[in-house]
Amino acid sequence: MMPRAKLKAQKRDAAEVLLKSRAVPAGGAWITKARQAALSRVSEMGLPNKRDEYWRYTDPRRLTDSEGQAARLHDSQGELPVFDRFDRLKVVFVDGVFDPAQSDPLALEGVEIVPLAEAAQTDLHWARDLYGTLEARAQSPVERALASLNTAYATEGMLIRVTGKPTKPISLIYQRSSEQADAMVHHVVRVEAGAVATILENGPMAARFNQVMEVEIAEGATFHHIRAQGRDHERAGAAHLFVRVGVDAQLKSFTLTANGALIRNEAVIWLDGADGSAHIAGATVGDGAFHHDDTVFINHAAPRCESRQVFKKVLRSGAVGVFQGKILVDQIAQLTDGYQISQSLLLNEDAQFLAKPELEIYADDVKCSHGSTSGEIDPHQLFYLRARGIPEDQAKLLLVLSFLAEALDEIADTAYAEDLRERLEAWLRRRG
Amino acid sequence: MLEIKNLHAELEEDSEVKILKGVSLSIKPGEVHAIMGPNGSGKSTLSYVLSGRDGYEVTEGSATLDGADLLEMDPEERAAAGLFLAFQYPVEIPGVGNMTFLRTAVNAQRKARGEEELSAGDFLKVIRAKAKDLQIDADMLKRPVNVGFSGGEKKRNEILQMAMLEPKMCILDETDSGLDVDAMKLVSDGVNALRDAGRSFLVITHYQRLLDHIVPDVVHILSEGRIIKTGGPELALEVERNGYADLMAEANP
Ligand SMILES: Nc1ncnc2c1ncn2[C@@H]1O[C@H](COP(=O)(O)OP(=O)(O)O)[C@@H](O)[C@H]1O
Ligand SMILES: [Mg+2]
Repeated sequence: MMPRAKLKAQKRDAAEVLLKSRAVPAGGAWITKARQAALSRVSEMGLPNKRDEYWRYTDPRRLTDSEGQAARLHDSQGELPVFDRFDRLKVVFVDGVFDPAQSDPLALEGVEIVPLAEAAQTDLHWARDLYGTLEARAQSPVERALASLNTAYATEGMLIRVTGKPTKPISLIYQRSSEQADAMVHHVVRVEAGAVATILENGPMAARFNQVMEVEIAEGATFHHIRAQGRDHERAGAAHLFVRVGVDAQLKSFTLTANGALIRNEAVIWLDGADGSAHIAGATVGDGAFHHDDTVFINHAAPRCESRQVFKKVLRSGAVGVFQGKILVDQIAQLTDGYQISQSLLLNEDAQFLAKPELEIYADDVKCSHGSTSGEIDPHQLFYLRARGIPEDQAKLLLVLSFLAEALDEIADTAYAEDLRERLEAWLRRRG
Repeated sequence: MLEIKNLHAELEEDSEVKILKGVSLSIKPGEVHAIMGPNGSGKSTLSYVLSGRDGYEVTEGSATLDGADLLEMDPEERAAAGLFLAFQYPVEIPGVGNMTFLRTAVNAQRKARGEEELSAGDFLKVIRAKAKDLQIDADMLKRPVNVGFSGGEKKRNEILQMAMLEPKMCILDETDSGLDVDAMKLVSDGVNALRDAGRSFLVITHYQRLLDHIVPDVVHILSEGRIIKTGGPELALEVERNGYADLMAEANP
């Protein structure tokens, strides 16, 4: 074990090298201030290192190297992208860069939506107050320097303020065109009191990506977040979701991940107002050189809140799945209801699932439970299906989909869940 | 229909455990045979070996369905060929709806036989009618396969599957266990409704009472992996009165 001081010095050195190689983007006063603050956080923390407890199961090097690695573009063989059948406000990014030509006009009743590049030159008070704020708060109790790096350097992203109940979802679409792109995208979302918003995200984004989404859900508001992270195999990326849930407010977030050499999805959620609710779920399918990491931190900081985490991973032939999930219940958070389940289905012997569930509870009147399992396809179930005439491959597919169903069921609008389920089925069927 | 000749089976993982030690029987189209025997005599093993479950090694003998070698086929091929096993312990499958499961099964078998798949509408019509006869409500059809079903509901669900799949050779493994009198009547009526000249049954049971409802043509007594006696329905009554001990003593003097 390396002494702490030495590790810290090494991490800071790595940060200095990286920071020197990059210029801080130009922008107005407010964003320059936010970027400078983020830079000093990075200098102080240093870059993530595989010796960090927090990166114990996932080597962050591909995410922290000064250059990203190339990744081939996935051939979708004519398949329509996820969510294509839905009426939505399309906002397209190509290799992490906003593409107005492919996007709808940024106009939707009950929503203000402004590209970060544009807002950086002006002064949107609500965005100014949020940009980098939740990311900064997320640096405790563990450091997430990649997210600070994003706050410092991102020039792309959308600032979205929802004041009403828009008739359709906002759909952030991440296309790729280059095998090399290294993207940083930073979104800020504010759902005002009583408003209801749905944000869809889909696509592989870039050969390497670092994404941050900061979300403030005000009193009585609801935020639905449904994400499908594309299917490109060789890409690497980290996505950070930082959400503050207000009084009586509700968050529902779901992520589908298929393939990718290294994908780390971090979520930090603060239940700051009484009677809030946060559900976060993920379904993952990976094969071969696939490393997928869900790292979730939920802080119950107010009474009578409910949180729920449901994570399911199907892994095969060398694929690795990681789940680190922590529920922290503050002393004030009486009558907390917290639930966490993480499960993996290992389709053969060399797949691996590493789970680290944690509970830290300082209130005395709470209900919290967590569980983690790892298993194979149940031979009794498989035989039962086959004995009814269902061929082995089809029976296995049925069992894999049934395993993932519990996570997909976390999506409130079943039309989206069904869309994703159908895609999954087609992908798995093709792979055999 | 079903010809079993000198069937020997042992555990795959432990060849010392010999379970079937030369079982022979022949079931003709339209016949109902019953197999009775004490716990552990090998009744379920026989049903599993016939339907193709992993874990058993057939070391000798044969089993054919209408002349086709069952032991060479995958479980799904045996099902498509017309073999059906109503499980002693139906398996729960969370996340798969009962209806989806049944439709997938019916269509997989039709496909295997080169028949047209059943449309969603037609399937629904047929299943509604058959479910009603077995007093299976819409909720049970929607719920995940066997999850949260009572013992009786699981057994009725097995018979529903049998009715939907219309197999020609039906094996029922202790379908009566765990059933109260009313449920037993429902299940037996379901089975009897399926009886016809082209369909045969092998009814495995520990007790005689099921055979009051489903009257067999032939009764076999299985003990320690061998059929020790074969007779008519009166043999079942004899077992009911005297137990298996006398018969076993007779077989191994
Ligand atoms: N998978 C198995 N593993 C171990 N023993 C088994 C297995 N299957 C059957 N047996 C043994 O074989 C014998 C017959 O079992 P079974 O066929 O279930 O009998 P029955 O259905 O007549 O009660 C029993 O002694 C049982 O313990
Ligand atoms: Mg048995």
